[in-house]
Amino acid sequence: MASRTVAQLAQDLRAQRTSAAALLDASLARADALAALNAFITVDATGARAAAARADASLQQGRASALCGIPFAHKDIFCTSGIRTTCASRMLGNFVAPYDAAAVERLRDNGAVMLGKTNMDEFAMGSSNENSAFGPVRNPWDAARVPGGSSGGSAAAVAAGIVSFATGTDTGGSIRQPAAFCGITGLKPTYGRVSRWGMIAFASSLDCGGVLARSAEDCAHVLAAMAGHDARDATSVERPCDDYVAALSTTLKGIRVGIAREYLGAGVEAGVAAAVQAALAQLEKLGARLVDITLPNAALAIPAYYVIAPAEASSNLARYDGVRYGQRCAEPKSLEDLYTRSRAEGFGAEVQRRILVGTYALSAGYYDAYYLRAQRARRLIANDFVEAFTQVDLIAGPTTPTTAFRLGEKTGDPLAMYAADVNTVAVNLAGLPAISLPAGFVPTESGVGLPVGLQLIAPAFAEARLLAAAHQFQQATDFHLREPGS
Amino acid sequence: MSDARRWQAVIGLEIHAQLNTRSKLFSGASTAHGAEANTQASAVDAALPGTLPVPNRAALDKAIAFGLAVDARIARHSVFARKNYFYPDLPKGYQISQYERPIVSAGRMPVRLDDGSMIEVAIQRAHLEEDAGKSLHDAFHAATGIDLNRAGVPLLEIVSAPVLHSAHEAVAYMRAVHTLVRWLGICDGNMQEGSFRCDANVSVRPVGSDKLGTRTEIKNVNSFRFVEKAIEYEIERQVRALEGGGSIVQETRLYDAAHHHTRPMRGKETADDYRYFPDPDLPPLAVSAGDIERARAALPELPWARRARYEDTLGLPAADAAQLCADKATTDYFEAMLATLPGEAKLCANWVLGELAAALNDALLTIEQSRVSATALSALLARVRAGTISGKIAKEVFAAMWAGEGDADTIIAQRGLRQISDGAALAAAIDAVLAECPAQAAEYRGGNEKLLQFFIGQTMKRLRGQGNPQQLNALLREKLRQP
Amino acid sequence: MSIDHATVRHIARLARLAVAEEELPRLAGELGRVLELADQLAVTGADVEPMAHPHEQTLAWRPDLVTETDRADALLALAPETRGGLYLVPKVIE
Repeated sequence: MASRTVAQLAQDLRAQRTSAAALLDASLARADALAALNAFITVDATGARAAAARADASLQQGRASALCGIPFAHKDIFCTSGIRTTCASRMLGNFVAPYDAAAVERLRDNGAVMLGKTNMDEFAMGSSNENSAFGPVRNPWDAARVPGGSSGGSAAAVAAGIVSFATGTDTGGSIRQPAAFCGITGLKPTYGRVSRWGMIAFASSLDCGGVLARSAEDCAHVLAAMAGHDARDATSVERPCDDYVAALSTTLKGIRVGIAREYLGAGVEAGVAAAVQAALAQLEKLGARLVDITLPNAALAIPAYYVIAPAEASSNLARYDGVRYGQRCAEPKSLEDLYTRSRAEGFGAEVQRRILVGTYALSAGYYDAYYLRAQRARRLIANDFVEAFTQVDLIAGPTTPTTAFRLGEKTGDPLAMYAADVNTVAVNLAGLPAISLPAGFVPTESGVGLPVGLQLIAPAFAEARLLAAAHQFQQATDFHLREPGS
Repeated sequence: MSDARRWQAVIGLEIHAQLNTRSKLFSGASTAHGAEANTQASAVDAALPGTLPVPNRAALDKAIAFGLAVDARIARHSVFARKNYFYPDLPKGYQISQYERPIVSAGRMPVRLDDGSMIEVAIQRAHLEEDAGKSLHDAFHAATGIDLNRAGVPLLEIVSAPVLHSAHEAVAYMRAVHTLVRWLGICDGNMQEGSFRCDANVSVRPVGSDKLGTRTEIKNVNSFRFVEKAIEYEIERQVRALEGGGSIVQETRLYDAAHHHTRPMRGKETADDYRYFPDPDLPPLAVSAGDIERARAALPELPWARRARYEDTLGLPAADAAQLCADKATTDYFEAMLATLPGEAKLCANWVLGELAAALNDALLTIEQSRVSATALSALLARVRAGTISGKIAKEVFAAMWAGEGDADTIIAQRGLRQISDGAALAAAIDAVLAECPAQAAEYRGGNEKLLQFFIGQTMKRLRGQGNPQQLNALLREKLRQP
Repeated sequence: MSIDHATVRHIARLARLAVAEEELPRLAGELGRVLELADQLAVTGADVEPMAHPHEQTLAWRPDLVTETDRADALLALAPETRGGLYLVPKVIE
């Protein structure tokens, strides 16, 4: 099962080579066996079995969608009624939402079987899944290394073959970067394509719900289920969705792929650069035309992101105050005490740091120098992409400058950690869709090859083009089929 | 001893009018007043993780109506912003409000003062924002209880420029805004229930100075009377302090009605840094020229325009016109009367402001609850105009109608109140009175013309009040002239 | 750049986060470094329109209908402290 894609499993189910119940059993067993990865915060075997039974019934009756009966996991940032949603934080350690996120509703309506909620960086703030109150997640390719973050648990669960796909969120690269570190395919849709209703907010103008899976084709199936307008989210777009699955067969012939020199600069590790160059050559072989482009304001992306995201987060996280839900300190002596102690107890160090940065950036006397400037930089970055896309159809480059680093390697220096996002954050600032797909491996001293991700960026709402290009690449290569430990 | 004439008070009012939408500004929970605690607070209102705001179209329409009514600029693009602060009745830890681009700006409102003079009050802005929940400090001994039913109810915050210079002007303006929001049907103006609240910013400066003094903010005063008293007190307090060589602390104060003074509000010593920024969950609001034109076409005749029309076209005295237009329900009643009795504006006005007002006051009813409808009252006055009954008798009929005895015609018939206009009958009555009162008749003929009233009274008594006064008067004079 | 301890305390107060005195130096240092990062934004000119939302979207409205039913029980059940149908906080004096 571990090597089967969603598309393959869907065939297996319809051919009755397996059942939803059997797939689930295999997933649960694997989750147990690989518990050391710490990919899950909650496994809901009971709920999953009930869902599998329903899925098997639908399959029997022949009224089942492509995802029916397929085991998957939700990042523990999507509210699931009846099952706790923690955001990997002590603040929400026992929070059980009385409602379901839109993404949860849609995947359930499609008959997919949720195994449980995956581990993540607390409140989606992090690039290594080391900021979790439930312990770090390990990279299935090398247990001493990070899986990336913030959707580290989802990436590890898919890479390790526990589930076929998992949902994630991407605010600054949190789907793409772990997908790259774990050798799987991760899709961040256009901002507003997937409803944020029930997706606990980190930075509202940047957060995107998306998917991690073993192939672009799988991502297309899941996106088809997740995407679409939702009246409960005022930033959700009404534009109709393309048929992502049907569009997969579009070839790369004549597609102009832009290579931004800013993404292949000095900071990129040699092994990563080499793998990406080879991948670009492969795209050319498939009919694409490589074009040099420039994104002149690329250097502003990290500074802008690390002002805007914390600023929005500082406001979004103000509701966690110990009054209506969540962590409450014992015996508060006053209202002040209730707030300050509950929040200090509930939030981890990185979250507290970002709340302070964000509060500062918005505070009197600093708003212009920080927040306003950052929003201007954002406009410049977005304009760079608009300009670039008049010359090219896609932009390509390495998803991350390095392969997965070691646990504890960057935790002492927040800025070193932030630098890992250098190739991904600009995409969030501009609200564009992007995908990371496995493009090669870099051998380490131990002989284990660490995955390298190729990032493709498309104009707004061009997910179909993105998925088709990735699919074509995956038809001609087998990086996405490799498994850890093999 | 403070010399108030050396000082000029400078006052600006911030009025929060709850818009009377059915559902809240950003959630589909009900806004109905008086529900059990927390039964009208949805997951969005309780700020559960993952919830998002979706705005209510009716709130925008009501804000635009207000803006057009005060001749303000309606923003074609306006923005919702977050006002960040911590308080238990503010579940998200921020209030969704408007900061840099409010929906309404640069308006003005004509306000009539008690002495009949007019001032024009500049309205800096009016913007949409959500109301907070309620903190119940007296519910428990050592704790404060929070009810979120009110959290999320739409408010229109109306901010005047600091152009009011007395408590009287301030209250006149407040009343005018109160009348207008009820007139437009956007707010029920119920101050007891908290749907119309006023904060006053008060400062003083030496007469002739153009610099503003330090101001204090007086919060949440919930009646016209208290606003006036609170502002009066505060002006005097500030003048006394400054004349005594002291200074004014910029602070928030509460009006204590029991002790007739303002006192500083605890817990607000440090100014809040609200860290306003555009709400990322809400894209900018776009209002089209078409939206504005449609809203303009839907506006009713405004209070001051109607007041001017009553004066100019209907010829009503200014005071009457002002009173009739102080309240939409009153003017609606009056208009309904005029519809069935055109051309009788003065007569109708007299009755609405006279007999009807008195009856309503005595019974503690509003004009909407009147026991005599506009058409019924018009029918009564039609009989007066036709000479069927006199104005005096009409009052008796009205009282009977108010008591539920039926319509005007029924009562006139039942009580036999038709006016006597028959010359012969009048003459007979007059003759009888003159025969009974020869001495007074002689006195009258001798030059004491004041006695006419006596004869009118006596004759009317004989006629049980039903004599046609004009005819009686004329006939009496004629008969008295004859020896 | 360095942020002084008083500023950190002030910001922590605005954010209602209890910060122990001994944490102040570390926090001041970390915040300073992140904000230094932000100083690179100084090159952006004031003639550029700030971008708060990634797409040229305008707000969609909903009709004025009551769509929510009474969920007091379910929502109050999530709270750590309630009494008599009210959320509880330590007494606030105004």
